[in-house]
Amino acid sequence: MTQLLSRPSAWVPLLVLLLLATVPFVAQATGQPFYVAFFARIIIYAIAACALNMALGYGGLVSFGHSLFLGLGGYAAGLASFHGIGNGWVHLALCLGVCGLVALVTGAISLRTSGIAFIMITLAFAQMGYFLFVSLKNYGGDDGMSIAQPSRFGPLDLASATSVYALAFVVLVLSIWWLARLRVAPFGMVIRGAKQNARRVNAAGIPVLRYQLLAYVMSGMLCGVAGLLLANLNAFASPSTLAWSVSGELIVIVVIGGLGTVFGPLMGALVFLGLEEILKGFTEHWMVVFGPFIVIVTLLGNRGIIGLLQRFDSREKRAPKSTPSAVAATDAAQGAL
Amino acid sequence: MNGTIVFAQLLNGLQYGVLLFLLAAGLTLVFGIMSFVNLAHGSLYMMGAYFAATAFQYTGSFGLALLAAMLGSLLLGLALEFVAVARLYRRDHLDHVLATFGLVLFFNELVRIIWGPQPVFLQVPEFLGGAIPIAGFSYPAYRFAIIVVGLVVALGSWLLINKTRVGMLIRAGAVNPAMVAALGVNIRLLNAMLFAVGAMLAGLAGAMAGPILSVQSGMGESVLITTLVVIVIGGIGSVTGAFYAALIVGIVDTLGRAFLPFMLRQVTERSLADAAGPALASMLVYLLMAVVLAWRPQGLFPANR
Repeated sequence: MTQLLSRPSAWVPLLVLLLLATVPFVAQATGQPFYVAFFARIIIYAIAACALNMALGYGGLVSFGHSLFLGLGGYAAGLASFHGIGNGWVHLALCLGVCGLVALVTGAISLRTSGIAFIMITLAFAQMGYFLFVSLKNYGGDDGMSIAQPSRFGPLDLASATSVYALAFVVLVLSIWWLARLRVAPFGMVIRGAKQNARRVNAAGIPVLRYQLLAYVMSGMLCGVAGLLLANLNAFASPSTLAWSVSGELIVIVVIGGLGTVFGPLMGALVFLGLEEILKGFTEHWMVVFGPFIVIVTLLGNRGIIGLLQRFDSREKRAPKSTPSAVAATDAAQGAL
Repeated sequence: MNGTIVFAQLLNGLQYGVLLFLLAAGLTLVFGIMSFVNLAHGSLYMMGAYFAATAFQYTGSFGLALLAAMLGSLLLGLALEFVAVARLYRRDHLDHVLATFGLVLFFNELVRIIWGPQPVFLQVPEFLGGAIPIAGFSYPAYRFAIIVVGLVVALGSWLLINKTRVGMLIRAGAVNPAMVAALGVNIRLLNAMLFAVGAMLAGLAGAMAGPILSVQSGMGESVLITTLVVIVIGGIGSVTGAFYAALIVGIVDTLGRAFLPFMLRQVTERSLADAAGPALASMLVYLLMAVVLAWRPQGLFPANR
C-alpha cells in the first residue's frame, strides 16, 4: 500500500477510476443525470484511446484513421437495429467481425508503408469509410441514423445512459487491465521493440510485420467496441464519427495522457473532454483556445499527464529488486515510458 | 453521353487538378526536405480565400484580391514557420500531426470569429465572366483562367527547380538535407522560404477557388486531404510527381463523379447503381491511393534518390 502511495502515476489514475465508479450514484442522488452521459462519453473515448494507444503508443504505428473503427462499431449497431435486430450479441459479433476484417485488410496494405505514407494511407481509409456512409442514402447518408433498437445483452438493455455507463466502465477496466498485461507480455515487448528498431527485432528472428498487423487488428476491434457503445449512448450513428478530426482528437487524447502508458488514455480522455466542456462554458469559440493549447503541449513535448505524475514518484521505491537483469530492464522501461 | 460532355468534364478535371497542384507543390517540398507533415496547409488555402474575399469587398478589383491573398498567406506562412513549425522539424511525425492539427482547429475557429459562420461570397471578376468557345461548346472563361494560371505556375516551378541555383539546392535538399547543410548551405533558411512560397501558392489556390466554391470555415480540410493523396501518389518530395498526380487525381475524381453512376447503371440494376455509384465515386481517389501504395509504396514518380 505504501508502495502504491509513493507512486502518484499509479494511484491518481486508480483514484479516478474509483471516482468514475461512483458517478451514476452521485448523479442520481444530486439529480444531475447529465453527468452520467458526460462521463460515459469520457469513458468511451478512453476505451477508444486505449485501443489507439496499443497501435500508436506501444507499436509506434501513427494511425490517423482510427475514427474509421469508431464509426464502423457505431454503424454495426445502427445497421443491425435498422433491420430489426436488437440482440446485443449480434451487434457485438458484427462489430468485431467487420472491424477485424477491415483492420486486417487496411492494415495489411498500410503496413507496406511507414512514416508519413502510413499516416496518409490510414487517413485515406478513414476518409473512404466516411464517404461511404455519407453516400448511403438508405441509411440516413449525411444526417446519420437514429438507433431505434439499442443493443440488448440479455437482461442488460443499453437504452438508458446508466446501463451504457455501467457496461462501458466494465469494458474500460478490462481494457486497461488487459493492455497493462499485454504491455509487458512477449507480444507487447515485440511491438514496443519494433517501435524503437523494427529492423533489429526482425534480425532477432521475429516476423515484426505479423505482430504489428495483429496489434493493428486488435486495436481496430477494441476501437469498434467503443464505437458500438458510443452509438448506443447517443442512440444515433452518424458519419461525423468517421470524420478525420475525430482521428486527430483520439491522437491528441493519447498523447496528452501519456503515449504508451497504461493509464494515459484514461487521463487524456478525462482532461481533453473535461477541458472541452469547461471551455465551452466560457465561449462558443472554445477551439480558438484549444487549438493553441494542443500546439503548446506538443511544443513542450513532455510525456503527458502520466509523465507529469511520474515526476512525483519517489525514486527508491521503484528501484529494481534483486531479480534477473531482464526483469530489471522491463521495470526501467516501464518507469521511462 | 457524347464527346462534348466528356471533353467538358475533362477540362473540369484539369482545372481541379491544377488547383490541387498549387497546394501540392509547396507541401511536397516541405515534406521532402524537412519530412514535415503539415496539416495546416489547408488552413493557409482557406485564409487565402478569406483574404481575397475581404480585399475584393474593399477594392472591387480581382487582381488586387489575388495579390492580397498571396501576400497575406506568404506572411502568414512565414509567421507560422517562425513561431511553431521551425521548432518541430527535429521531432517525429506524430508531433507534426498533433501541432498542425491544433493549428487547423485554431484557424477554423478564428475565421468563424472574424468573418462569421456564414459563407463569404467572392464574385467571378467581370472580365472573366463570359464563356470561351472551344471545339463546338463554350467553357466558362474563369475556369479556363484557373487552368492557365495553374499551368503557368507549374512551368515556373519547373524552371525554378531545374534551371536555377536555388532549384539545385532544393533538389539536393530533397535527396540529402544533412549533406547539403554540411556543405555550408543554410538549409533552414531555404526551407523557411519554401514553406512561405508554398503558403503563397496555397493562398493563391484558395483565392482562385473562392468564386467557384464557397468561402467558409473548414473549406481547407477536404482539399487538404485530397492534396495529401496527390502527394503520396506522386511520390513524396517530387514536384514533377505532384504535378502528374494532381492531374490524375483531379481528372479521376471529376470523371468518376460525373460518369460512374451512369456506367454502373449499364451493368447493374438501377436501385443498386443509384446507391453504390455516388459512394464509389467519392471513394475513387482514396481507392486509387490505396492501390498505388500497395503496388508502389514510394509513389508513382518518386524524387530521384
